This record gives sequence, C-alpha cells and structure tokens, in this order.
Amino acid sequence: MSYALEIEGLEKIYANGLQALKGIDLKVSQGDFFALLGPNGAGKSTTIGVICSLVNKTAGTVRVKGVDIDADFPKAKRHLGVVPQEFNFNVFESVEDILIHQAGYYGIPLKTARERIDTYLAKLGLTDKRHTRARMLSGGMKRRLMIARALIHEPSVLILDEPTAGVDIEMRRAMYDFLKEINAAGTTIILTTHYLEEAESLCRNIAIINHGEIVTNTSMKNLLRELHRETFILDARERLPEDLSVEGFELTRVDDFCLQAHIEQGQDIAELMSRLHDRGIGIISMRNRENRLEQMFVSLLEQGA
Amino acid sequence: MTPYEQYIALLTLLRKEIRRYTRIWTQTLLPSAITMSLYFLIFGSLIGSRIGQMGGVSYMEFVVPGLIMMAIVTNSYANVVSSFFGSKFNNSIEELLVSPTPNHIILLGFVSGGVSRGMLVAVIVTTVASLFVELNIHSYAVVVAVVALTSVLFSLCGLINAVFANTFDDISIVPTFVLTPLTYLGGVFYSLELLPDFWATVSQANPLVYVVNAFRFGVLGVSDVSVGFAFAMIGSFTLVAYLYAAHLLRTGKRLRT
Repeated sequence: MSYALEIEGLEKIYANGLQALKGIDLKVSQGDFFALLGPNGAGKSTTIGVICSLVNKTAGTVRVKGVDIDADFPKAKRHLGVVPQEFNFNVFESVEDILIHQAGYYGIPLKTARERIDTYLAKLGLTDKRHTRARMLSGGMKRRLMIARALIHEPSVLILDEPTAGVDIEMRRAMYDFLKEINAAGTTIILTTHYLEEAESLCRNIAIINHGEIVTNTSMKNLLRELHRETFILDARERLPEDLSVEGFELTRVDDFCLQAHIEQGQDIAELMSRLHDRGIGIISMRNRENRLEQMFVSLLEQGA
Repeated sequence: MTPYEQYIALLTLLRKEIRRYTRIWTQTLLPSAITMSLYFLIFGSLIGSRIGQMGGVSYMEFVVPGLIMMAIVTNSYANVVSSFFGSKFNNSIEELLVSPTPNHIILLGFVSGGVSRGMLVAVIVTTVASLFVELNIHSYAVVVAVVALTSVLFSLCGLINAVFANTFDDISIVPTFVLTPLTYLGGVFYSLELLPDFWATVSQANPLVYVVNAFRFGVLGVSDVSVGFAFAMIGSFTLVAYLYAAHLLRTGKRLRT
C-alpha cells in the first residue's frame, strides 16, 4: 500500500526540556480523510509542525508521499499544503497578493497563479474579496483564504489544523462539502479538530494522540464499534407512566413524554421499541444523547491517564 | 526547485518588497529626501561655506558622497530589518518556511529588496544633492560597485538583526546605538587626516570608513584610504555577513522551534 504520510519513531524535545512527542508512529494512506485528535497540548500541532518544517524534530523519520524530509525536504514540501491553526498572513496585503506570493514561493508563474486564484476563490466564495485587504475579512473568510493559499500549488496532501475554529455552522458545512469534494478528487486530507462530530462525519481513519503518544490508530468504524454503551433520547406520543420499566433495559424517565434509554452492546433497540409499542407507547422520534466519538475519546484519554 | 522556479520565487520576493516600501513611500522614501536636503542646506551650504576646502575640494562637495552613502546604508538596513521582522511578528514568514523556496533564494529575495530601496533612495538623494552642488562623477564603475556592495552588506546586517529581534524595540537598538554612531564616525563630515593618529587607527575598524571613502573616490576622485583596500574590506564584511545570515536560515535559529 502506498502512503501519503509515514511517521516512524518521531520525537521532539523542546529547548525547555518538554518532551512533546515520545516516538510516535503513524501511517496515512493515499486518498484518506484522516483525523488526528487529542486534547490541547497533546502533540498534534508539534507533529504538524515537524511535517511542514516549522519544528525541528529530535529523532525519527517522516516521509511524505515516500519522500524522506531529511533527504529532500523541498520535494516533500511540494506535496504538502498546510492550513495552520493561527492566521499567518500579512493582513495588510490583499487576498490576491497573498495567493500570488504563495504561488511564487512554489515557482508557479504569475499567469498560472492567476488562473488558480480564479478557481479557488470561486470555490471558496471569496471572488468578490479578491482585492480586499486581509485585515478586512471576517474570521470565516480568513480561514477560507488560508485553505485557498494551501491549495494554490495543488498539493496531494492537505493538512488542516483546526480549520473550522470560529466558523459559523453554515460556513462550516460549506467547508465540509468543499473538503469532501477535493478528497473525492484524490487529495489526502489530514485534519485536527476539536469538533468531534466533524471528525466522525468526515474522516475514515483516526488517530488519537495524548501526552505525545498515539493512544489509538484505527478506522473510524472500528473505533465506534468498540463503544459498549450508547444513550438514546426517545420522544413518546403518549404520556409515559410514572413507574415505566422494561425488563432487560435501563430506562430513565426524563419528563412526561421523554425517555432516556441506555443500550448495552448486544442489546437491540428495535426490541425495546417493540416492547414499548406492546405497552401502548408510540415513539415519535429518537436521537443519540451525545456524540459517540466524544464518548470514545473521553474513555480512551481516561484509560491513558 | 528548478532554476526557473527559483527565479520566480526570487522575483516574487522582490516584487513583494518593492510593493511594500512603495505603498508606504511617505515612511520609506520621503524622509531621506527631506533629511538629506536639510543636511545639504545646513552642513553643506550654510556652515560649509565658512569651512572652506577639505580633502582638496569644497566642503559641500566633500560631504555629498558621505551623505548619499548614509542614506543608502540606513535605507537598505531599515528595509530588510523591518520587513523580515514584520514577517516574523505576524507569522507570515511561515508562508516561506513551509514552501520549497531554498534558503539562498529567501536571503537573496530580502537582500535584493533592501538593495532596490537603497538604490532608489540613492537616486533621490543624488537628485536633491545636484540642486546644491554640481556633481561630476569621477568613476561610474566605482560608484555603482560601492553602492551595490554596501547595500548588500547592510541588507544582510538588517536580516541578521531581524532574526535575533523579539520586539520592535530590538530592531531600532542597532540602528540607533551602532549604525548611526558608526556613520557619523565614518568620515562623512570630516577627513580622517583631521584625527589624531590613535583615533585614525581606531577608525580603520569601522566598515563605514571604507564605504564612505570608496564612494567619495568614485564621485570626487579623493579618498582617505586606498580604494582597492576599501573594496577588499567591504567585500570581506559582506562575505562574513552573508555566511552568517545563511547559517541562521539553515539552522532555523529563532525561526523554527
């Protein structure tokens, strides 16, 4: 299998003695939509910093599309597009200038750069901001500008560090659609995020990092399968009896028309519905009480602590 | 990167620098014209007329090359130190660091920006000077070579200062406490012949002495030091500054964690 990113034994000890990465191993397949999750200070940004050369590693190897960064970093960088967490452009420059300069740093001629700018500004809804100075953009627009900038040299691997932080829901959804589109076109995407539902809905594979170590690295499907217990909120059509109970199921009455059901692994929610129906209680809607990935995330971090 | 791609990256950096300092021309180009006009008026015309000759020429003619060179030194230095530190301050330097642009192109890009501003200011100040005194250039080759080498040298020094700077105060300390005194003590306003032997010898360690005298030779044909030796010294200072700046970029000191 060919990998977009291979990390082996990556270590980083900062000058103040802090060991941010303790020998992590990670592989991301080409074309993957990969989530790198972890609490603040876990080592996500340090990992990304090493990959894109903003952080000098202490030990280990990093290969981008098979190119070792120690052997040929410029070649590895060509494959990478990076959207950092913090805004890192000159706010006094116009949107167009920021993109032209970034293209120039990759050796892209002005004519080609302008064509790509047309494309990406249109796709990211920034066409009318082309000549606007970056400081006049809203937070969401600045994020989209950074995505356009990261794509201007058409990288095969796109790394996004908290790309939707501070972005409103509507814009976030538009951004998801755009990321899905470029992923479908073959770009490998590596995403760090605090919005776990974002990772769950977008990513196929996931690694969780904590205290500079990879806690788990698996497919999203496998990770969620490991969940032993889920809680559902059920809305009833009829008023619920005060002493409602169904043998074999743990139920909590929230109010007269709302019920909380805790479903263990192996239990069948359809059976619960059927038994409620037998007792004359119709369920008109049902939803998961909390984000499933969040549950898993917390449990994994607790195990590692 | 192929040589053509490196050329594009270099042009991009140069274009960006030129756009930056021309956009804020009232802060970057105009002050030199005004300051030098005052120098020419006060030191050259008003006081100079009472001093008489120095180095075999009128005092006005004597100070003009030094003042032009002073403007080149301060502007090439200021351009790179403020631009590079500004990029560090707002983190936009990361745009360059994550790209495949080689370090020597980054260095060349910032330096060529400083050189272009230094040369543009040289043209402005020379035009202003020609209103006060008739300039008959002794050697165009020497003039061009000194201006080019000097602006490269002080652009490199500006970049080194910017790498180490943590605050905006740090980028004004060197120009205020090092560059300005060295310029004033570098023979802009007087001939080294006027100094006692001890101070004349001490002055030999001041790079501005070579810069000012080599340029004065190019303009007037007179100099306190041998022009060949002056070129050798300016070249040596430039080489050392280049190697050190390249080392800083290669190791990522204060740029990468």
